[in-house]
Amino acid sequence: MFVALRDLRHARGRFALMTAVIVLVTFLVTFLASLTAGLARESTSAVTDLPADHLAFAMPGPDDAPAFTASQVTADQWRRWRGVPGVDAAEPLGVATTRAGSAAGTASVTAFGVPAGSRLLPAGSPDLTTGGVLLSPAAATELDAAPGDTVTVGGTALEVVGTTDVEASFAHTPVVWTTVADWQAVGARGTGSDDDPVATVVALTTSDDGAARGDAAVGTTTVTTAQARSAVASYAGENTSLTTMQGFLVAISALVVGAFFSVWTISRSADVAVLKALGATTRYLLRDALGQAAVVLTVGVGFGTLLTAVGGRLLPATVPVLVDTTTTVLPAAGLVLLGLAGAAVSVARITRIDPHAALAAH
Amino acid sequence: MDLHLDRITLVYPDGTSTLTAVDDVSLTVPAGTTTALLGPSGSGKSSLLAVAAGLTPPTSGRVRLGDEVALTPTTSVAEATRWRRDHLGVVFQAPRLLDSLTALEQLELHAHLRGRRPATVRRRALELLDAVGVADRAHHRPAQLSGGQRQRVAIARALVGDPAVLLVDEPTSALDHDRGVRVVELITSLARETGAATLLVSHDASTLDPVDATARLADGLLESPARPQRTEAPGGRCVSAPAG
Repeated sequence: MFVALRDLRHARGRFALMTAVIVLVTFLVTFLASLTAGLARESTSAVTDLPADHLAFAMPGPDDAPAFTASQVTADQWRRWRGVPGVDAAEPLGVATTRAGSAAGTASVTAFGVPAGSRLLPAGSPDLTTGGVLLSPAAATELDAAPGDTVTVGGTALEVVGTTDVEASFAHTPVVWTTVADWQAVGARGTGSDDDPVATVVALTTSDDGAARGDAAVGTTTVTTAQARSAVASYAGENTSLTTMQGFLVAISALVVGAFFSVWTISRSADVAVLKALGATTRYLLRDALGQAAVVLTVGVGFGTLLTAVGGRLLPATVPVLVDTTTTVLPAAGLVLLGLAGAAVSVARITRIDPHAALAAH
Repeated sequence: MDLHLDRITLVYPDGTSTLTAVDDVSLTVPAGTTTALLGPSGSGKSSLLAVAAGLTPPTSGRVRLGDEVALTPTTSVAEATRWRRDHLGVVFQAPRLLDSLTALEQLELHAHLRGRRPATVRRRALELLDAVGVADRAHHRPAQLSGGQRQRVAIARALVGDPAVLLVDEPTSALDHDRGVRVVELITSLARETGAATLLVSHDASTLDPVDATARLADGLLESPARPQRTEAPGGRCVSAPAG
């Protein structure tokens, strides 16, 4: 990169401008990725953090995609899942977004109904009995409630038995935990017979492919807890929109980088002709030009990623950004690779520059 | 080694017909001497230079370095590039220096193009910059040099690899007469020192007193065979005898 590095130093204004554009595009992409991940966490953390590996949905139609808003499992289905070989644990889980109130005010919450003594409760939680409610930290804060206080969940008065150590959110609302019996008033409202809805899904812990075997027999649709994120209505819409925006931004950045190096290559066509006339091979020139693009991209993407990493930590907790390797390093690597692809298409014109042009007077 | 242009013909397509730019020209330039190729615009001298540089393949004929055939009509682009890289120094009509490189780096680039560390030619580069009178401008970029200084750096760049062949295209076209003569003197003396067979294209005969031989092209034909300006070249050999 004998000439490339000296070009960078010599035309520092032009390259600084281009690097600044890449920094901003990278910041946008990585920040958007962090925001997407943060919003996804706010929509689905209560599901993905469940101590279960599969969820069985019972949808109204046989071809319906799993959705928490439409699924209703019966007591019979729950019991039949318990008997499926390879299923170590099967517990009903009710999910219903509703309104909660306390002496301090009201808040939107999602009530998770589980059997008394359920292992689905977050680790370290106090026992949950009928008439009691367990609050996630955000719910406790919004309701300004402490153990011993009385809150209403979907109109049912319950006593706060404690607060969980970890945050749990569903569809951007904090989660509160009740017994399935109390949850009936909020969600299923069945009469208690085997054919009445008892909960939203059955949470399964499996040791082999028991989940696949049970669906046909029980009449449910089973997905992993990770796949179950798509069953949260808010997640699917947000995630698709934000991921599409990221994709457009990455494609735009590749176009911007490609356009810059296209103009840059045209402007130095005469120099390339001279270099070829002096004996530079096309391979040497392509390596030089791509090396230059790699330096600009690496520096620009590096600073843009750093900006997101630092900015993410400075933002208030109310902005749901999740800065980690998958939201910074992975998109950054994608930007470098696609940017290099854009630059490669642009600098390929080097192969068509005729060294004969060096003999021209000007 | 001597440079031989053996029966070079170059025909360009010209609409539905063809244009013969160089017509069966043979010329030998002995090592260490400078032969000037004269002729009016459009006579074919730059086309012949382009053939010798491997920038344009001849329609027929061949270019030899000593006994070794270097360029033929079937020579590939990669082989022509190797010819320029390994055996050739070229001085273009305009200096054609790279804006981002200092005078010294213009010469060090030569080593980098050959996969060697630039530092390996630094001493030789400084010697040449000194020889052309711009040693004190070694760390200046082209924008900080005068036109004459740029031309001298370009000459030093062409010679830094100690090429067997030096091709020079209209080096005096932008200079007044006295400066033109000095530049030709410089090229001729450096060719003698380095032993490069030097072919210099010019349309201005008045600046060519220092060269060892001249030849004249008109309409693509060698009008007068290479005629010695001097009786003997260094080493006592007769120079620029017509070839073929």
